[in-house]
Amino acid sequence: MIRVVLPHHLRTLAQVGGEVELSVEGEATQRAILDALEARYPMLRGTIRDQVTLQRRAFLRFFACQEDLSHEPADVSLPDAVARGEEPLMIVGAIAGG
Amino acid sequence: MSSARVLVGTRKGAFVLTSDGKRKKWDVCGPHFAGWEIYHVAGSPADPNRLYASQSSSWFGQVIQRSEDGGKTWAPVGNKFEYDGVPGTHQWYDGSAHPWEFKRVWHLEPSLTDPDVVYAGIEDAALFRSGDGGQNWEEVSGLRKHGSGPKWQPGAGGMCLHTIILDPANPDRIYIAISAAGAFRTDDGGKSWLPINRGLTSQYIPDPNAEVGHCVHKMAMHPSRPNVLFMQKHWDVMRTDNAGDVWTEVSGNLPTDFGFVVDVHAHEPETIYVVPIKSDSEHYPLEGKLRVYRSRSGGHEWEALTKGLPQENCYVNVLRDAMAVDSLDKCGVYFGTTGGQVYASTDAGDSWEPIVRDLPAVLSVEVQTLS
Repeated sequence: MIRVVLPHHLRTLAQVGGEVELSVEGEATQRAILDALEARYPMLRGTIRDQVTLQRRAFLRFFACQEDLSHEPADVSLPDAVARGEEPLMIVGAIAGG
Repeated sequence: MSSARVLVGTRKGAFVLTSDGKRKKWDVCGPHFAGWEIYHVAGSPADPNRLYASQSSSWFGQVIQRSEDGGKTWAPVGNKFEYDGVPGTHQWYDGSAHPWEFKRVWHLEPSLTDPDVVYAGIEDAALFRSGDGGQNWEEVSGLRKHGSGPKWQPGAGGMCLHTIILDPANPDRIYIAISAAGAFRTDDGGKSWLPINRGLTSQYIPDPNAEVGHCVHKMAMHPSRPNVLFMQKHWDVMRTDNAGDVWTEVSGNLPTDFGFVVDVHAHEPETIYVVPIKSDSEHYPLEGKLRVYRSRSGGHEWEALTKGLPQENCYVNVLRDAMAVDSLDKCGVYFGTTGGQVYASTDAGDSWEPIVRDLPAVLSVEVQTLS
């Protein structure tokens, strides 16, 4: 299972407590994980990536294994530790606004 | 017995205030959607327990929420606002061409007759419609494709479609207003749109009498007279008696005619309210005195309403969607401030008191009169 950590406001919106665990078909890419996340929690559509362009929202970042993966192409495989569920994909809100 | 429910959108959540018909004691419920900007909360005239809320954030974008129980519980509905076709460009602040981009929903206007039909006014300016309770949204694209779209430009708050007025006598007629494009009207249910800005004069555009480019801040209508509209423009308070074909200025003796809100008394179609603001560079009341101005003659002659409002050291603003009236007797008038107060008058403006204070900055106020 893939583990995903959502920021506070999205946990509230999706009505989940801690980490989200997802079953992802095929390679564990950003796109595959977000597709699975939005399929299970439709209220998150549009909140992490734009619904039309599928671009990551500007004030969100994707971290895993102490790396910033935000600028990686959406179809590149994430680290093996994420694919194996040893490490979570962290969706993090930028610190902006003071 | 009748009662009132006030729907307040703020920078950090929504609040629902309820009272009996006396409107003296208020229960405050909230914050709903804590931490999110709530640009607007609106109830369906056809089913008052059906509410819609626009929830947005710079981080997470746009969410639309719906309630079936008058705001006690909420559930997210559809939030995909996709422009029809290739959106093209509008003017940017510097006059350059800028691509149309969805940013947020400023205003929700439920149908007068069908709880599942609701309109949304968005930034960058466009009108959307849902026929299934907000699950799916479709652009009413005749407006943006009217032809003047490339000349529209954002006001300081963004290029927002902030006013949607449905004509109760004619379901094919809708009025909308955009900052800074102006006012538009459809007479065929949204297929085609007519700019209705003749008579508006704006010194901040190259041609002060141009067909579009006017920074309209808000419009209001009394349901018994759908051909009469009142407008608070950036500067100038205006009225039309012919559905927008021609506007005339009615600022009269106002101490300043800059402002954001305008509304109409529920039982007196010629009694209107504005909150004059010092200027577009100083967004607070003149002399630090918070004063609502009322005209009982449809404009020109105005009286200051001050009883119960702070008359010194008050430097809040009252934003464009932050005034509403109930239809109780006497008419209740409500407005919210960027200082977090919601003031109410239960005597048509003669006296005021805060019904809640110290909320986050208030973006919008609506009121439902419940029987």
